[in-house]
Amino acid sequence: MTLATDPHHIRDYSLTGADTVRARETGLAGADWYRTEVPRKVIKDLMQRRDGPAMRDTAIWFTLLGIGAWGGTAFWGSWACVPFWLLYGVMYGSACDSRWHECGHGTAFRTGWMNDVIYQIASFMVVRNPVSWRWSHARHHTDTIIVGRDPEIACMRPPNTLRLLMAYAGVLEMIDSIKTLIRNAFGTLTPAEKDYVPQSEWVKAILAARIHMAIYAVTLAVALLTWSFIPLMLIGGPRIYGCWHMLMTGLIQHCGLAENVTDHRLNSRTVLINPVSRWIYWNMNYHIEHHMFPMVPYHALPRLHEILKHDLPAPNTSILDAYREAIPAVLRQAREPEYYVHKPLPATAQPYRMEIVHV
Amino acid sequence: MSDPAWTDVCDAEDIDAEDVIRFDHAGRTFAVYRAPDGTPFATDGLCTHEKVHLAEGLVMDDTIECPKHNGRFNYRTGAALRAPVCVNLATYPARLADGRIEILI
Repeated sequence: MTLATDPHHIRDYSLTGADTVRARETGLAGADWYRTEVPRKVIKDLMQRRDGPAMRDTAIWFTLLGIGAWGGTAFWGSWACVPFWLLYGVMYGSACDSRWHECGHGTAFRTGWMNDVIYQIASFMVVRNPVSWRWSHARHHTDTIIVGRDPEIACMRPPNTLRLLMAYAGVLEMIDSIKTLIRNAFGTLTPAEKDYVPQSEWVKAILAARIHMAIYAVTLAVALLTWSFIPLMLIGGPRIYGCWHMLMTGLIQHCGLAENVTDHRLNSRTVLINPVSRWIYWNMNYHIEHHMFPMVPYHALPRLHEILKHDLPAPNTSILDAYREAIPAVLRQAREPEYYVHKPLPATAQPYRMEIVHV
Repeated sequence: MSDPAWTDVCDAEDIDAEDVIRFDHAGRTFAVYRAPDGTPFATDGLCTHEKVHLAEGLVMDDTIECPKHNGRFNYRTGAALRAPVCVNLATYPARLADGRIEILI
Protein backbone atom coordinates (compact mmCIF):
# COMPACT_ATOMS: atom_id res chain seq x y z
CA MET A 1 0.00 0.00 0.00
CA THR A 2 2.66 2.53 -0.88
CA LEU A 3 1.06 5.83 -1.74
CA ALA A 4 2.70 8.76 -3.43
CA THR A 5 4.55 11.11 -1.13
CA ASP A 6 3.02 14.53 -0.82
CA PRO A 7 5.73 16.81 0.60
CA HIS A 8 3.16 19.56 1.17
CA HIS A 9 0.91 17.41 3.30
CA ILE A 10 0.45 18.88 6.76
CA ARG A 11 0.04 16.08 9.24
CA ASP A 12 -3.02 16.06 11.44
CA TYR A 13 -2.14 14.19 14.62
CA SER A 14 -5.61 14.58 16.12
CA LEU A 15 -7.65 11.38 16.32
CA THR A 16 -10.61 12.87 14.55
CA GLY A 17 -9.06 14.61 11.54
CA ALA A 18 -8.13 14.02 7.93
CA ASP A 19 -5.24 11.65 8.73
CA THR A 20 -7.57 9.52 10.84
CA VAL A 21 -9.84 9.09 7.84
CA ARG A 22 -6.87 8.32 5.60
CA ALA A 23 -5.47 5.78 8.06
CA ARG A 24 -8.79 3.94 8.02
CA GLU A 25 -9.14 4.16 4.24
CA THR A 26 -5.63 2.89 3.55
CA GLY A 27 -5.89 0.02 6.01
CA LEU A 28 -3.22 1.40 8.34
CA ALA A 29 -5.69 1.51 11.22
CA GLY A 30 -5.79 -1.85 12.93
CA ALA A 31 -3.35 -3.32 10.41
CA ASP A 32 -1.58 -6.66 10.57
CA TRP A 33 2.02 -5.97 11.72
CA TYR A 34 5.26 -7.70 10.88
CA ARG A 35 6.47 -10.06 13.57
CA THR A 36 9.61 -12.17 13.68
CA GLU A 37 8.86 -15.88 13.58
CA VAL A 38 9.50 -17.44 16.98
CA PRO A 39 8.58 -21.08 17.77
CA ARG A 40 5.49 -21.34 19.97
CA LYS A 41 7.30 -23.23 22.71
CA VAL A 42 9.98 -20.55 22.92
CA ILE A 43 7.60 -17.59 23.02
CA LYS A 44 5.33 -19.43 25.45
CA ASP A 45 8.25 -19.88 27.78
CA LEU A 46 9.17 -16.19 27.50
CA MET A 47 5.58 -15.10 28.17
CA GLN A 48 5.40 -16.92 31.50
CA ARG A 49 4.48 -14.64 34.39
CA ARG A 50 6.21 -14.59 37.75
CA ASP A 51 5.56 -12.58 40.87
CA GLY A 52 9.12 -12.78 42.19
CA PRO A 53 11.01 -10.25 40.04
CA ALA A 54 8.39 -7.53 40.32
CA MET A 55 7.90 -8.14 44.08
CA ARG A 56 11.65 -7.74 44.57
CA ASP A 57 11.78 -4.63 42.39
CA THR A 58 8.71 -3.11 44.02
CA ALA A 59 10.18 -3.68 47.49
CA ILE A 60 13.38 -1.92 46.38
CA TRP A 61 11.34 0.86 44.76
CA PHE A 62 9.29 1.55 47.89
CA THR A 63 12.40 1.34 50.05
CA LEU A 64 14.19 3.92 47.90
CA LEU A 65 11.09 6.14 47.93
CA GLY A 66 11.05 5.85 51.73
CA ILE A 67 14.74 6.68 52.09
CA GLY A 68 14.37 9.65 49.73
CA ALA A 69 11.31 10.98 51.53
CA TRP A 70 12.90 10.53 54.95
CA GLY A 71 16.19 12.20 54.05
CA GLY A 72 14.59 14.97 52.06
CA THR A 73 12.30 15.84 54.95
CA ALA A 74 14.84 15.30 57.74
CA PHE A 75 17.51 17.48 56.12
CA TRP A 76 15.11 20.05 54.67
CA GLY A 77 16.73 23.46 54.69
CA SER A 78 20.26 22.18 54.20
CA TRP A 79 22.16 21.02 51.13
CA ALA A 80 22.13 17.52 52.58
CA CYS A 81 18.52 17.15 51.52
CA VAL A 82 19.34 17.55 47.81
CA PRO A 83 20.56 14.00 47.02
CA PHE A 84 17.58 12.56 48.87
CA TRP A 85 15.14 14.63 46.82
CA LEU A 86 17.02 13.66 43.65
CA LEU A 87 16.57 10.01 44.58
CA TYR A 88 12.95 10.48 45.57
CA GLY A 89 12.23 12.52 42.43
CA VAL A 90 13.53 9.87 40.03
CA MET A 91 11.84 7.04 41.92
CA TYR A 92 8.54 8.94 41.96
CA GLY A 93 8.62 10.96 38.73
CA SER A 94 10.41 8.50 36.43
CA ALA A 95 10.20 4.94 37.79
CA CYS A 96 6.43 5.46 38.03
CA ASP A 97 6.19 5.48 34.24
CA SER A 98 7.68 2.04 33.71
CA ARG A 99 5.60 0.59 36.58
CA TRP A 100 2.47 2.19 35.12
CA HIS A 101 3.36 0.73 31.74
CA GLU A 102 4.23 -2.82 32.74
CA CYS A 103 1.37 -3.19 35.22
CA GLY A 104 -0.99 -1.70 32.64
CA HIS A 105 -0.01 -4.55 30.35
CA GLY A 106 -0.58 -6.93 33.24
CA THR A 107 2.84 -8.47 32.72
CA ALA A 108 4.77 -7.30 35.79
CA PHE A 109 3.24 -9.77 38.23
CA ARG A 110 1.54 -13.10 37.69
CA THR A 111 -1.03 -12.18 40.35
CA GLY A 112 -3.62 -9.90 38.83
CA TRP A 113 -4.41 -7.74 41.85
CA MET A 114 -0.74 -6.89 42.32
CA ASN A 115 -0.64 -5.48 38.78
CA ASP A 116 -3.82 -3.52 39.48
CA VAL A 117 -2.61 -2.01 42.79
CA ILE A 118 0.75 -0.88 41.43
CA TYR A 119 -0.94 0.35 38.25
CA GLN A 120 -3.23 2.62 40.28
CA ILE A 121 -0.38 3.96 42.44
CA ALA A 122 1.89 4.54 39.44
CA SER A 123 -0.91 6.18 37.42
CA PHE A 124 -1.35 8.68 40.23
CA MET A 125 2.38 9.35 40.42
CA VAL A 126 2.74 9.85 36.67
CA VAL A 127 -0.39 12.05 36.65
CA ARG A 128 -2.31 9.95 34.17
CA ASN A 129 -5.93 9.02 34.32
CA PRO A 130 -5.69 5.26 34.99
CA VAL A 131 -8.77 4.51 32.90
CA SER A 132 -8.29 6.60 29.79
CA TRP A 133 -4.55 5.97 29.62
CA ARG A 134 -5.10 2.22 29.67
CA TRP A 135 -7.11 2.60 26.48
CA SER A 136 -4.74 5.16 25.04
CA HIS A 137 -1.90 2.70 25.40
CA ALA A 138 -3.93 -0.11 23.85
CA ARG A 139 -4.39 2.15 20.82
CA HIS A 140 -0.65 2.91 20.82
CA HIS A 141 -0.04 -0.82 20.44
CA THR A 142 -2.69 -1.28 17.78
CA ASP A 143 -1.58 1.67 15.65
CA THR A 144 1.97 2.45 16.73
CA ILE A 145 3.03 5.85 15.32
CA ILE A 146 0.18 5.86 12.81
CA VAL A 147 -0.68 9.52 12.27
CA GLY A 148 -4.28 10.24 13.22
CA ARG A 149 -4.62 7.02 15.23
CA ASP A 150 -1.87 6.82 17.85
CA PRO A 151 -2.55 9.17 20.80
CA GLU A 152 0.96 8.68 22.22
CA ILE A 153 3.18 10.15 19.49
CA ALA A 154 5.78 12.25 21.31
CA CYS A 155 7.73 13.51 18.29
CA MET A 156 5.38 14.94 15.74
CA ARG A 157 6.48 16.32 12.38
CA PRO A 158 7.52 18.95 11.87
CA PRO A 159 8.82 18.81 15.44
CA ASN A 160 8.23 21.46 18.07
CA THR A 161 11.86 21.32 19.20
CA LEU A 162 11.45 23.95 21.91
CA ARG A 163 8.65 21.96 23.48
CA LEU A 164 10.65 18.74 23.23
CA LEU A 165 13.54 20.41 25.03
CA MET A 166 11.25 21.87 27.66
CA ALA A 167 9.72 18.44 28.25
CA TYR A 168 12.78 17.65 30.36
CA ALA A 169 11.78 20.37 32.81
CA GLY A 170 8.47 18.57 33.24
CA VAL A 171 6.44 21.72 33.81
CA LEU A 172 4.51 21.86 30.53
CA GLU A 173 3.55 18.20 30.63
CA MET A 174 2.51 18.54 34.29
CA ILE A 175 0.31 21.51 33.43
CA ASP A 176 -1.25 19.60 30.53
CA SER A 177 -1.76 16.51 32.67
CA ILE A 178 -3.39 18.44 35.51
CA LYS A 179 -5.62 20.30 33.05
CA THR A 180 -6.72 16.94 31.62
CA LEU A 181 -7.46 15.56 35.09
CA ILE A 182 -9.44 18.69 36.01
CA ARG A 183 -11.41 18.45 32.78
CA ASN A 184 -12.10 14.76 33.39
CA ALA A 185 -13.02 15.47 37.02
CA PHE A 186 -15.66 17.93 35.78
CA GLY A 187 -17.09 15.16 33.63
CA THR A 188 -15.65 16.14 30.25
CA LEU A 189 -13.76 13.88 27.87
CA THR A 190 -12.26 15.21 24.65
CA PRO A 191 -13.34 13.79 21.27
CA ALA A 192 -9.98 11.98 21.16
CA GLU A 193 -10.57 10.38 24.57
CA LYS A 194 -14.07 9.41 23.48
CA ASP A 195 -12.54 7.85 20.38
CA TYR A 196 -10.31 5.39 22.22
CA VAL A 197 -12.11 4.94 25.55
CA PRO A 198 -15.30 2.85 25.29
CA GLN A 199 -18.40 4.66 26.48
CA SER A 200 -18.91 2.10 29.25
CA GLU A 201 -15.62 3.29 30.80
CA TRP A 202 -16.22 7.04 30.70
CA VAL A 203 -17.80 7.16 34.15
CA LYS A 204 -14.82 5.27 35.60
CA ALA A 205 -12.43 7.77 34.01
CA ILE A 206 -14.33 10.66 35.58
CA LEU A 207 -14.34 8.99 39.01
CA ALA A 208 -10.60 8.27 38.82
CA ALA A 209 -9.88 11.91 37.93
CA ARG A 210 -11.96 13.11 40.88
CA ILE A 211 -10.05 10.85 43.27
CA HIS A 212 -6.70 12.07 41.93
CA MET A 213 -7.74 15.71 42.14
CA ALA A 214 -9.05 15.22 45.68
CA ILE A 215 -5.62 13.93 46.76
CA TYR A 216 -3.92 16.92 45.13
CA ALA A 217 -6.39 19.30 46.81
CA VAL A 218 -5.64 17.79 50.23
CA THR A 219 -1.89 17.97 49.54
CA LEU A 220 -2.16 21.63 48.58
CA ALA A 221 -4.29 22.37 51.64
CA VAL A 222 -1.74 20.73 53.95
CA ALA A 223 1.06 22.70 52.28
CA LEU A 224 -0.83 25.94 52.83
CA LEU A 225 -1.88 25.12 56.38
CA THR A 226 1.65 24.15 57.39
CA TRP A 227 3.16 26.83 55.13
CA SER A 228 5.61 24.23 53.87
CA PHE A 229 6.80 23.04 50.47
CA ILE A 230 7.42 19.54 51.80
CA PRO A 231 3.94 18.15 50.96
CA LEU A 232 4.40 19.36 47.39
CA MET A 233 7.90 17.90 47.25
CA LEU A 234 6.42 14.57 48.32
CA ILE A 235 3.25 14.50 46.19
CA GLY A 236 2.91 15.88 42.67
CA GLY A 237 6.15 17.87 42.66
CA PRO A 238 8.39 14.91 41.82
CA ARG A 239 6.51 14.52 38.55
CA ILE A 240 8.23 17.81 37.63
CA TYR A 241 11.64 17.66 39.27
CA GLY A 242 12.12 13.91 38.88
CA CYS A 243 10.76 13.20 35.41
CA TRP A 244 14.01 13.77 33.53
CA HIS A 245 14.95 10.10 33.45
CA MET A 246 11.53 9.13 32.12
CA LEU A 247 11.91 11.68 29.32
CA MET A 248 15.51 10.72 28.65
CA THR A 249 14.60 7.09 28.07
CA GLY A 250 11.09 7.59 26.72
CA LEU A 251 11.83 10.05 23.95
CA ILE A 252 14.22 7.68 22.20
CA GLN A 253 11.58 4.96 21.87
CA HIS A 254 10.32 6.28 18.53
CA CYS A 255 11.69 9.79 17.82
CA GLY A 256 13.32 10.25 14.41
CA LEU A 257 12.01 6.93 13.13
CA ALA A 258 9.30 6.11 10.61
CA GLU A 259 5.60 6.95 10.74
CA ASN A 260 2.76 5.10 9.06
CA VAL A 261 4.45 1.74 8.75
CA THR A 262 3.44 -1.74 9.88
CA ASP A 263 6.86 -2.96 10.95
CA HIS A 264 8.05 -2.05 14.45
CA ARG A 265 11.65 -2.40 13.31
CA LEU A 266 11.12 0.81 11.33
CA ASN A 267 9.37 2.90 13.98
CA SER A 268 10.82 1.71 17.29
CA ARG A 269 14.31 1.78 18.75
CA THR A 270 16.14 -0.78 20.87
CA VAL A 271 18.94 0.74 22.93
CA LEU A 272 21.47 -1.03 25.13
CA ILE A 273 21.64 1.05 28.31
CA ASN A 274 23.27 1.01 31.71
CA PRO A 275 21.88 -1.35 34.35
CA VAL A 276 20.64 1.42 36.67
CA SER A 277 18.58 3.00 33.91
CA ARG A 278 17.37 -0.43 32.86
CA TRP A 279 16.09 -1.02 36.38
CA ILE A 280 14.36 2.35 36.53
CA TYR A 281 12.96 1.81 33.04
CA TRP A 282 12.13 -1.88 33.55
CA ASN A 283 13.88 -2.94 30.34
CA MET A 284 11.70 -0.87 28.01
CA ASN A 285 14.91 -0.02 26.17
CA TYR A 286 14.16 -3.30 24.34
CA HIS A 287 11.41 -1.44 22.63
CA ILE A 288 11.14 -3.20 19.28
CA GLU A 289 10.95 -6.47 21.17
CA HIS A 290 8.24 -5.10 23.47
CA HIS A 291 6.09 -3.90 20.58
CA MET A 292 6.44 -7.15 18.66
CA PHE A 293 5.61 -9.28 21.69
CA PRO A 294 3.84 -7.16 24.33
CA MET A 295 3.00 -10.26 26.36
CA VAL A 296 6.61 -10.87 27.29
CA PRO A 297 7.27 -9.49 30.80
CA TYR A 298 9.99 -6.93 31.36
CA HIS A 299 12.29 -9.41 33.08
CA ALA A 300 12.30 -11.68 29.99
CA LEU A 301 13.00 -8.94 27.43
CA PRO A 302 16.80 -9.38 27.44
CA ARG A 303 16.27 -13.07 26.58
CA LEU A 304 13.78 -12.10 23.86
CA HIS A 305 16.32 -9.64 22.45
CA GLU A 306 18.87 -12.45 22.06
CA ILE A 307 16.30 -14.54 20.20
CA LEU A 308 15.16 -11.74 17.86
CA LYS A 309 18.37 -9.86 17.20
CA HIS A 310 19.16 -11.75 13.96
CA ASP A 311 16.03 -10.10 12.52
CA LEU A 312 16.40 -6.60 13.99
CA PRO A 313 18.53 -3.59 13.11
CA ALA A 314 21.58 -3.29 15.33
CA PRO A 315 20.60 -1.73 18.66
CA ASN A 316 21.93 1.66 19.66
CA THR A 317 24.84 1.09 21.96
CA SER A 318 23.96 3.65 24.63
CA ILE A 319 21.48 6.40 25.49
CA LEU A 320 24.00 8.90 24.12
CA ASP A 321 24.31 6.92 20.90
CA ALA A 322 20.52 6.92 20.54
CA TYR A 323 20.41 10.71 20.97
CA ARG A 324 23.23 11.12 18.46
CA GLU A 325 20.94 9.38 16.00
CA ALA A 326 17.61 10.90 17.04
CA ILE A 327 18.51 14.58 17.50
CA PRO A 328 19.87 15.20 13.97
CA ALA A 329 16.91 13.27 12.56
CA VAL A 330 14.38 15.34 14.48
CA LEU A 331 16.12 18.58 13.49
CA ARG A 332 16.10 17.46 9.86
CA GLN A 333 12.41 16.65 10.12
CA ALA A 334 11.84 20.33 10.88
CA ARG A 335 12.91 21.01 7.26
CA GLU A 336 11.96 17.67 5.72
CA PRO A 337 9.02 16.17 7.56
CA GLU A 338 9.18 13.04 5.39
CA TYR A 339 12.67 12.18 6.62
CA TYR A 340 13.26 9.32 9.06
CA VAL A 341 16.20 7.16 10.10
CA HIS A 342 16.26 4.02 8.01
CA LYS A 343 18.58 1.49 9.63
CA PRO A 344 20.23 -1.39 7.77
CA LEU A 345 19.16 -4.89 8.70
CA PRO A 346 21.56 -7.79 9.22
CA ALA A 347 21.88 -10.31 6.39
CA THR A 348 19.95 -12.83 8.49
CA ALA A 349 16.86 -10.61 8.73
CA GLN A 350 13.66 -10.66 6.77
CA PRO A 351 13.31 -7.50 4.66
CA TYR A 352 11.43 -4.55 6.08
CA ARG A 353 7.77 -4.37 5.34
CA MET A 354 8.02 -1.20 3.31
CA GLU A 355 4.39 -0.22 3.22
CA ILE A 356 5.07 3.35 4.13
CA VAL A 357 2.16 5.61 3.46
CA HIS A 358 3.03 9.27 3.25
CA VAL A 359 -0.48 10.58 3.45
CA MET B 1 -17.83 -44.20 15.51
CA SER B 2 -17.76 -40.47 16.17
CA ASP B 3 -20.93 -38.39 16.45
CA PRO B 4 -21.30 -36.30 13.25
CA ALA B 5 -22.65 -33.36 15.29
CA TRP B 6 -19.18 -32.97 16.79
CA THR B 7 -16.33 -31.56 14.75
CA ASP B 8 -12.99 -33.25 14.94
CA VAL B 9 -10.17 -30.82 15.82
CA CYS B 10 -6.94 -32.70 16.46
CA ASP B 11 -5.22 -35.41 18.41
CA ALA B 12 -5.32 -34.68 22.13
CA GLU B 13 -1.52 -34.76 22.22
CA ASP B 14 -1.37 -31.90 19.72
CA ILE B 15 -2.25 -29.41 22.44
CA ASP B 16 -0.11 -29.22 25.54
CA ALA B 17 -1.80 -28.94 28.91
CA GLU B 18 -2.43 -25.24 29.69
CA ASP B 19 -2.11 -24.22 26.05
CA VAL B 20 -4.20 -23.30 23.04
CA ILE B 21 -4.25 -23.82 19.27
CA ARG B 22 -6.03 -22.11 16.41
CA PHE B 23 -8.65 -24.16 14.58
CA ASP B 24 -10.16 -22.88 11.33
CA HIS B 25 -13.31 -24.59 10.12
CA ALA B 26 -16.01 -23.73 7.61
CA GLY B 27 -14.88 -20.15 7.24
CA ARG B 28 -14.72 -19.57 10.99
CA THR B 29 -11.83 -19.52 13.41
CA PHE B 30 -11.78 -20.99 16.90
CA ALA B 31 -9.39 -21.27 19.83
CA VAL B 32 -9.19 -24.75 21.32
CA TYR B 33 -7.65 -25.13 24.76
CA ARG B 34 -6.51 -27.74 27.20
CA ALA B 35 -6.78 -26.76 30.83
CA PRO B 36 -3.93 -27.61 33.22
CA ASP B 37 -5.71 -30.91 34.00
CA GLY B 38 -6.02 -31.68 30.26
CA THR B 39 -9.76 -30.93 29.90
CA PRO B 40 -10.53 -29.45 26.47
CA PHE B 41 -12.40 -26.16 25.93
CA ALA B 42 -13.27 -24.09 22.88
CA THR B 43 -14.08 -20.45 22.22
CA ASP B 44 -14.30 -18.11 19.28
CA GLY B 45 -10.82 -17.63 17.91
CA LEU B 46 -10.71 -13.85 17.78
CA CYS B 47 -10.49 -11.42 20.68
CA THR B 48 -13.69 -9.39 21.04
CA HIS B 49 -11.59 -6.23 21.41
CA GLU B 50 -9.69 -6.00 18.12
CA LYS B 51 -10.11 -9.37 16.40
CA VAL B 52 -6.65 -10.72 17.18
CA HIS B 53 -6.15 -14.50 17.13
CA LEU B 54 -6.21 -15.67 20.74
CA ALA B 55 -4.27 -18.83 19.88
CA GLU B 56 -1.09 -16.74 19.95
CA GLY B 57 -1.84 -15.71 23.51
CA LEU B 58 -0.98 -17.12 26.90
CA VAL B 59 -3.06 -19.64 28.82
CA MET B 60 -2.76 -19.24 32.58
CA ASP B 61 -4.96 -21.46 34.71
CA ASP B 62 -8.51 -20.70 33.51
CA THR B 63 -7.65 -17.60 31.49
CA ILE B 64 -6.49 -16.79 27.99
CA GLU B 65 -4.62 -13.53 27.52
CA CYS B 66 -4.82 -11.78 24.16
CA PRO B 67 -1.37 -11.42 22.57
CA LYS B 68 -1.95 -7.86 21.37
CA HIS B 69 -3.33 -5.88 24.31
CA ASN B 70 -3.23 -8.37 27.19
CA GLY B 71 -6.99 -8.44 27.70
CA ARG B 72 -8.09 -11.60 29.48
CA PHE B 73 -11.01 -14.02 29.21
CA ASN B 74 -12.03 -17.05 31.21
CA TYR B 75 -11.95 -19.63 28.44
CA ARG B 76 -14.29 -21.96 30.36
CA THR B 77 -17.09 -19.37 30.54
CA GLY B 78 -16.04 -16.79 27.97
CA ALA B 79 -16.25 -14.02 30.59
CA ALA B 80 -14.22 -10.88 29.84
CA LEU B 81 -11.94 -10.43 32.86
CA ARG B 82 -9.54 -7.62 32.14
CA ALA B 83 -9.50 -4.44 30.07
CA PRO B 84 -9.26 -3.68 27.25
CA VAL B 85 -11.69 -6.52 26.64
CA CYS B 86 -15.26 -5.71 27.67
CA VAL B 87 -17.34 -8.13 25.58
CA ASN B 88 -17.54 -11.80 26.53
CA LEU B 89 -16.22 -14.51 24.25
CA ALA B 90 -18.52 -17.17 22.76
CA THR B 91 -17.76 -20.65 24.05
CA TYR B 92 -18.48 -24.08 22.55
CA PRO B 93 -18.68 -27.53 24.09
CA ALA B 94 -15.50 -29.55 23.71
CA ARG B 95 -14.70 -33.15 24.58
CA LEU B 96 -12.10 -35.88 24.38
CA ALA B 97 -13.23 -38.88 22.30
CA ASP B 98 -10.91 -41.78 21.55
CA GLY B 99 -7.85 -39.61 22.02
CA ARG B 100 -9.20 -36.88 19.76
CA ILE B 101 -10.48 -33.43 20.70
CA GLU B 102 -13.89 -32.57 19.29
CA ILE B 103 -15.97 -29.43 19.54
CA LEU B 104 -19.68 -28.79 19.04
CA ILE B 105 -20.25 -25.74 16.84
